[in-house]
Amino acid sequence: MIDRLTIAQVLESYPFARDFLDQNRLNVSGSEHLTFAEFLKRIDADEIEDQALRIETLQDDLNRYIEQILDFLGVEESGAVRSLTILPGHDKDKTPETFERLDIYRSQIVSIVGPTGSGKSRLLADIEWAAQRDTPTGRAILINGENPDPKWRYSSNNKLVAQLSQNMNFVMDLSVGEFIEMHAESRMIGNRAEIKAKILAEANRLAGESFLASAPVTSLSGGQSRALMIADTAILSASPIVLIDEIENAGIDRRKALDLLVSQDKIVLMATHDPLLALLADRRIVIQNGGIRKVVETRAEEKALLLEFNQIDAVMQEARRKLRAGERLGEVDGKIGLRFPADDRRFA
Amino acid sequence: MNLTIFSGPPSSGKTSVILKTIDAFRKQGKKVGVVKFDCLYTDDDLLYEKAGVPVKKGLSGGLCPDHFFASNIEGVVKWGVREGVDLLVSESAGLCNRCSPYLADVKGVCVIDNLSGINTPKKIGPMLKSADIVVITKGDIVSQAEREVFAARVSAVNPRALVMHVNGLSGQGAYELSTLIYRGDSDIQSVQGMKLRFPMPAAMCSYCLGETRIGESYQLGNSKKMNWE
Ligand SMILES: Nc1nc2c(ncn2[C@@H]2O[C@H](COP(=O)(O)OP(=O)(O)O)[C@@H](O)[C@H]2O)c(=O)[nH]1
Ligand SMILES: Nc1ncnc2c1ncn2[C@@H]1O[C@H](COP(=O)(O)OP(=O)(O)O)[C@@H](O)[C@H]1O
Ligand SMILES: [Mg+2]
Ligand SMILES: [Mg+2]
Repeated sequence: MIDRLTIAQVLESYPFARDFLDQNRLNVSGSEHLTFAEFLKRIDADEIEDQALRIETLQDDLNRYIEQILDFLGVEESGAVRSLTILPGHDKDKTPETFERLDIYRSQIVSIVGPTGSGKSRLLADIEWAAQRDTPTGRAILINGENPDPKWRYSSNNKLVAQLSQNMNFVMDLSVGEFIEMHAESRMIGNRAEIKAKILAEANRLAGESFLASAPVTSLSGGQSRALMIADTAILSASPIVLIDEIENAGIDRRKALDLLVSQDKIVLMATHDPLLALLADRRIVIQNGGIRKVVETRAEEKALLLEFNQIDAVMQEARRKLRAGERLGEVDGKIGLRFPADDRRFA
Repeated sequence: MNLTIFSGPPSSGKTSVILKTIDAFRKQGKKVGVVKFDCLYTDDDLLYEKAGVPVKKGLSGGLCPDHFFASNIEGVVKWGVREGVDLLVSESAGLCNRCSPYLADVKGVCVIDNLSGINTPKKIGPMLKSADIVVITKGDIVSQAEREVFAARVSAVNPRALVMHVNGLSGQGAYELSTLIYRGDSDIQSVQGMKLRFPMPAAMCSYCLGETRIGESYQLGNSKKMNWE
């Protein structure tokens, strides 16, 4: 059906097809009245060789591209993923896991704890790949209670999982504003100015020192970079699940970061040994020898402990700040509870 | 025997990804052999050897490495069959982004990395556009936004490929890749008569034939001039 439209009509109905033409270095200007097939027929043999074009597949490629993007935009609107379910497999010795099933809904945080080599990253990988009893753990993943659509594996626009990695640097030479625009553009987002302002404001709330849209991303400090990455992932990433694999000491307000992800309806899974993070989760998955040993709810008394841990953390951070600023430390710097941020009381 | 052809720009992570994928195959009890094609020099054979992987290397020297590949792949397949491997992997570096070593009926994997810049998908020709699987590496050193934009651009130039991320250092994604590469029902004993997916440039110019002097009067055959108007 797309085959019958002129290029002008294609671009009018599917404006994003412009990206396809651009990425494939096809210059259609002056040929908009032709169908895409007619346009391809008119490219002469020299140019085909020169540009190394695969003429015979381009029509089909365009059709597929349009289909994929429409599918992607459709998924966006219907908010496809509401729940993630892990069904048991087995540990490294093939002993079956004993939990029945584990359902995780949007806006929930689950932490994953266990010794190094126990299989935390493997569990995250099972989720990312929507395992169907075809990974070393034998686990299966359900989406909305059903077997996952193969597109979660095979289509690059529909990845289940966004990942916050250890990295704190950007490699692109763009300003913060351009960086966000570029991402919004690839996501076919309309209200870019609004999204940009929102991401910048959230990133500044997470970072200690504030920064402007005009700052080059490469000039941001580690904490600022991470804050921008988290705000961008929370607000602009199409993936409904966010994985955090071992981020300790990120140099940002981690509780606010998790709050932000949750406020954007993300499912958050994090592999961590840090009590400040692990206790922020609603539940924690305990892994040993490659298998899920148990799943425990975070109790109110543990949440209360979090209050104390945060106080200890505040003391350490303040001491760090003073040392960096060249100040002296005194007895008062070891006193827990003095500089405690008031809004953490909600955990009490 | 299964056969898979890996290609991709230099240093994109091909060897790293292949080694991690071989680890995954070994856990499944499968034997893998590798042939490395390069132009002037390669150390990769030592890396494979160190990992206990049967390996052969082919240096094209004065020839275009992709042409060299096409004239040698049959010999390589024979070697793999003799070694009794379950899977034979060929690794070759795409040197000018113009050609690709993929054969029509053999799985072709292109490895490119996030660090190469978001305009890279546009610059690479058939090596990327006609691959069955595109593996993107070095996701650990860029942000989620950069990964998403890069992957979207890859899909725009090759909407039929399966695009996936593999970390060449940690091996994350390598198990998954192994399941996509191997097919129990594929048994290749020879590639005689198979076709390249994409023709190599047909042109020959004086300099292909050994001319070293610069100047109009020495240029026979195909010559192509930049436009100065
Ligand atoms: N950070 C990071 N480095 C990688 C990754 N994959 C490969 N590398 C590194 O990139 C360099 C080139 O990799 P190599 O496998 O030799 O590339 P090849 O020339 O394509 O075979 C090596 O130093 C690798 O350690 C990755 O996913 N992340
Ligand atoms: N249930 C399992 N069966 C077989 N191998 C497993 C299982 N769980 C984990 N592994 C393997 O054990 C190794 C260590 O796991 P990993 O997830 O990296 O641990 P962690 O992230 O906790 O340090 C990996 O090679 C992984 O594939
Ligand atoms: Mg790990
Ligand atoms: Mg290599």
